Amino acid sequence: MRTFGGFFERFGLAMAGKRNPWGKPSGGGSGDDGADGGDGDGSSGGPRNPWLPGGGKGAGKGRRSANIEDIFKNRGPEGPRRTGGGGSGGPNFRIPQRPGGGSWFPVVMVAIAGIWILVTSIHFIQPREQAVVTWLGGEYSRTLDPGTEWTAPWPIQTVDIENVSEIRRETIGDGSENLILTSDQSLVDLSYVVRWNIKDLVQFKYELADPTETVQEVAESAMRAAVAETELDAVLSGSGREQVQARVRSRMQTILDAYEAGINIQGVEIARTEAPEQVIEAFNDVLAARQDRERSLNEARRYEQQLLASAQGGAAEFNEIYEQYRLAPEVTRQRLYYETMERVLANTDMTVVEPDGVTPYLPLPEVQRRTRSNTTQGPTMTVTPNEGRQQQGGQ
Amino acid sequence: MWQRYKTLFIALIVGAVLLLMSARIVPETHQAVVIRTGEPVYTINQFDPAEAYGETGAGLRFVIPFIDRVQMVDRRILDLDMEGETVLSRDQQRLEVNAYARYRIFDPVLFVQRAGSEAQLQNQLQPILTSELRQELGRRTFASLLTPERGNAMIRIRDTLDEEARTYGAQVLDVRIKRADLPEGTPLAAAFNRMRSDREEEAATIRAGGFRDAQIIRAEASAEAARIFAEAFNQDPAFYDFFRAMQSYEQTFVNGEAESSIIMSPDNEYLRQFQRGGR
Repeated sequence: MRTFGGFFERFGLAMAGKRNPWGKPSGGGSGDDGADGGDGDGSSGGPRNPWLPGGGKGAGKGRRSANIEDIFKNRGPEGPRRTGGGGSGGPNFRIPQRPGGGSWFPVVMVAIAGIWILVTSIHFIQPREQAVVTWLGGEYSRTLDPGTEWTAPWPIQTVDIENVSEIRRETIGDGSENLILTSDQSLVDLSYVVRWNIKDLVQFKYELADPTETVQEVAESAMRAAVAETELDAVLSGSGREQVQARVRSRMQTILDAYEAGINIQGVEIARTEAPEQVIEAFNDVLAARQDRERSLNEARRYEQQLLASAQGGAAEFNEIYEQYRLAPEVTRQRLYYETMERVLANTDMTVVEPDGVTPYLPLPEVQRRTRSNTTQGPTMTVTPNEGRQQQGGQ
Repeated sequence: MWQRYKTLFIALIVGAVLLLMSARIVPETHQAVVIRTGEPVYTINQFDPAEAYGETGAGLRFVIPFIDRVQMVDRRILDLDMEGETVLSRDQQRLEVNAYARYRIFDPVLFVQRAGSEAQLQNQLQPILTSELRQELGRRTFASLLTPERGNAMIRIRDTLDEEARTYGAQVLDVRIKRADLPEGTPLAAAFNRMRSDREEEAATIRAGGFRDAQIIRAEASAEAARIFAEAFNQDPAFYDFFRAMQSYEQTFVNGEAESSIIMSPDNEYLRQFQRGGR
């Protein structure tokens, strides 16, 4: 709580851990306790403080010792260190008496009060901040906008500064599994972030007992309701994500406005949507199945390309030869026949058998054995160069 | 000086003490019930939606010391949380429900008389919320609990709870289901099993579809190849027969793996010239 106004806090922070050469400036009452009176008046240890005699604060400390002297003075007619008579004209090593012989006390009080009023009345409200002002911490007085603002001093008016533009974030379902039921009664593991800021500071301060908890609970309620209206696949694939986010946001805003919470929902972002751990394997298998399908299709397409290419090749070969055949059918036919026979018979063992009067005994194994040794030196016949094409066509 | 004003000083001090004892600061967030000898007599800063802040009566107020007692009652919207409760839907499915209610004490006198404190009011309302929730959700099927129809159930629960809360000087603004989960154990496992089998089915369908499409592609390719061949060969079926026979011989005898022997009769067509002797 920053009830003292920003000035105190900032001043205190700046001075923390350092010794302040001016003594404690505006300590709000705690500054002029006896503890720092010793080094405050500069006579006991440490260099003398040059500002001491002039400042309101230093005057106060000087006066304290003078006061003790006064007590001694009043004890008896002959004080030990007494120089002058009647109390007028104090000792010359102490702070001079106030002109007119009055006490320093009222001056110090006025100075303290003045500083007090100055410090607790002026408030520097930063650009992103607002503040509520209350009378005595009770009745609401007004709201301070950014800038330099004046109020009645504390505790007559207290000022409570709050950063209203700051986007606050509530993360829900981070770290642990957060299972939510979808409309097809499946479960999805979801985490999301709600971003919000203060829309109306007064409502924010006075309407809800616990605004942050309310935001969280409303978010949970709205998110579960929105997911319960969406199918698992839509949540998982991300196609329904946009819609869910928008729905949660508007629903939260409606609920919070009904509470007059003074809260503005900036956005709801789904950070993680996953299948629950227990079934993630099955979900991954679906992905694998998609890959398998693609692979099957690719293989089929490859086969298709090969088959068509070879068909086109075969057809082209036939067309070429047929073209020649048409020009000279008989000759071409004969040529093809002899060329083929040449190749066929050159590679095979040939036995010519007279039809009549020959024993139809065929020593086939022997024939084969002989062939193997003979064919290498057998009658050589040139092989036509279009062997490769014929292989293709034969398929 | 002290002697002369002694009485005045003492009177002033006593007066200041009494003033401090009778002064009460009522913050905007609270309403105060002034209880005089055990009887609530009036309220400070009672909730009224029509009043703007700053005009509600909050702030510094005075009561009679020693006689008046002031009880502060929260003026803000308060939270009534329900722990996870297992609810049985109409179709005998169990559902673990977490709900909350938001309420506001609008009649602090009634509240002080009937409930006493916020904690006590919550103790009173909590069982009602739980039983209402059970009753209302028990009338619905499990599937409908997941649909927007749930909203109607919530409104009815709110109305019932509100009726009850009003006897304590509180108004229930909203009842909402925070979480609705399947209970651990069999129901959760069953849901997981169903999800798993769903996915397994999907995976199998995708694979089978892939095979089917692949087969179709192959069949179409074969058909196309046949068409290409037919188109070419159909130009002269007789020549094709000859041409293909030549290819076939070559394939069988020349490119074939097996060693082959041919036994030929001399009147074979190939040996025609050979036999005729060049005539």
